[in-house]
Amino acid sequence: MVQPLNVLTETASQTAGPYVHIGLMPTYAGNAGYYDAEIGTSPIADGAKGQVIEIVGSVYDGTGWALRDALIESWQADAEGRFAGQDGADPAVSGHCRFAADAITGEFTLRTVKPGRVPSRYGRAFAPHISLWVVARGINIGLQTRIYFEDEDNEGDPLLSRIEQRPRVQTLIAKKTGDGRYRFDIRLQGEGETVFLDI
Amino acid sequence: MTDLGPLIPRNREAHPDAYFPDYKTSVARSPNLPLLTMESGPSEETGPTFGHSAIGALDNNLILNWTKGAAPAVGERILMHGRVLDENARPVPNTLVEIWQANAGGRYRHKKDSYLAPLDPNFGGCGRTLTDENGCYQFLTIRPGAYPWPNRGNDWRPMHIHISVYGHSFGQRLITQMYFEGDPLIPLCPIAATIRNRSQLDRLVAPLDMAHSRPLDYLAYKFDIVLRGRRQTMFENKIEGM
Repeated sequence: MVQPLNVLTETASQTAGPYVHIGLMPTYAGNAGYYDAEIGTSPIADGAKGQVIEIVGSVYDGTGWALRDALIESWQADAEGRFAGQDGADPAVSGHCRFAADAITGEFTLRTVKPGRVPSRYGRAFAPHISLWVVARGINIGLQTRIYFEDEDNEGDPLLSRIEQRPRVQTLIAKKTGDGRYRFDIRLQGEGETVFLDI
Repeated sequence: MTDLGPLIPRNREAHPDAYFPDYKTSVARSPNLPLLTMESGPSEETGPTFGHSAIGALDNNLILNWTKGAAPAVGERILMHGRVLDENARPVPNTLVEIWQANAGGRYRHKKDSYLAPLDPNFGGCGRTLTDENGCYQFLTIRPGAYPWPNRGNDWRPMHIHISVYGHSFGQRLITQMYFEGDPLIPLCPIAATIRNRSQLDRLVAPLDMAHSRPLDYLAYKFDIVLRGRRQTMFENKIEGM
């Protein structure tokens, strides 16, 4: 026998299920007015510094069908690369948003400011990116991924550099569709499968 | 801002597999390729904070919050309570805990739920609270009913409450489900079965907690939650650079 480590194990994940919106987005679930203030309705307030952008996309399953019941959360830095709560962070950027795929079209929209570069612990900065966490029926543990931008300098990004199959890097890069507008599709499985993270 | 150290890597053995054919929806919604593993950075080690000002007085009382206190929901009145800790057994204070659930008949108040069990006009099925300085949380609610779902020929979900927890960083984000002690549907459920590690599944089953029940009012169930910890918190006095 050896001494006990006395460390705990993380609680096991379970799927968010088909009715996740009741708890996290009551208005979307048809229960408007449940709370006085819903959480994560926008990552920015009026006056947020930087370029306001809009990212549109869908979450596709392995058959190419867009999920109608996906819920996504985003987390990002402000235009200067500072996260809410850090010294000097833009008070108009909460950085956190919850959004859902439309029940008819399966398309989501994230309206935010483009984040700045974020320093890493070991020197090289991360290129501007938005972290995503995707949950839905059929997803047993939330899937983490990131949005990068095709009109930013992504060379040397510590995360993108680690992707062995270089064509897969493109699955994390939002494509520009207009001034301040981007397209970012998430493919859960199969051809063009998005890179998901264990981080 | 002080560097609290990277998050302890997630022990994937403790979690469900993405692909689990008995849970049919997972078949087309699970990645085929391995996850890209990397040490956490600022994007995972920071996270949103939520103030008490956003939380209403009845937000953690599902018996009363749908009617704003006007009329109570129907069903078995229960207190659901517990602590949120990290892997280093430290309490996680001031973190957002959100729950959602079906009513006593197994029906959700969601536009897409068409189960023939009726809605309770006095029950919404949604609650939220912040943990206190010791990581404790509590909800008053109705014990949810089991319900059928279109999976295999005759699948029924055990009674369960969905739980979402933030922790203090985006990389700790977790959604899970709480089951109830003694429910015979748990061993039959393909969603519960996605967790292969038996002790990990047992930890999602809340025991009846008579010590916290209130005579002539409600029964209690206890449900503790463990989130990922930070590595340096175990080695606070480590030598610089080690």
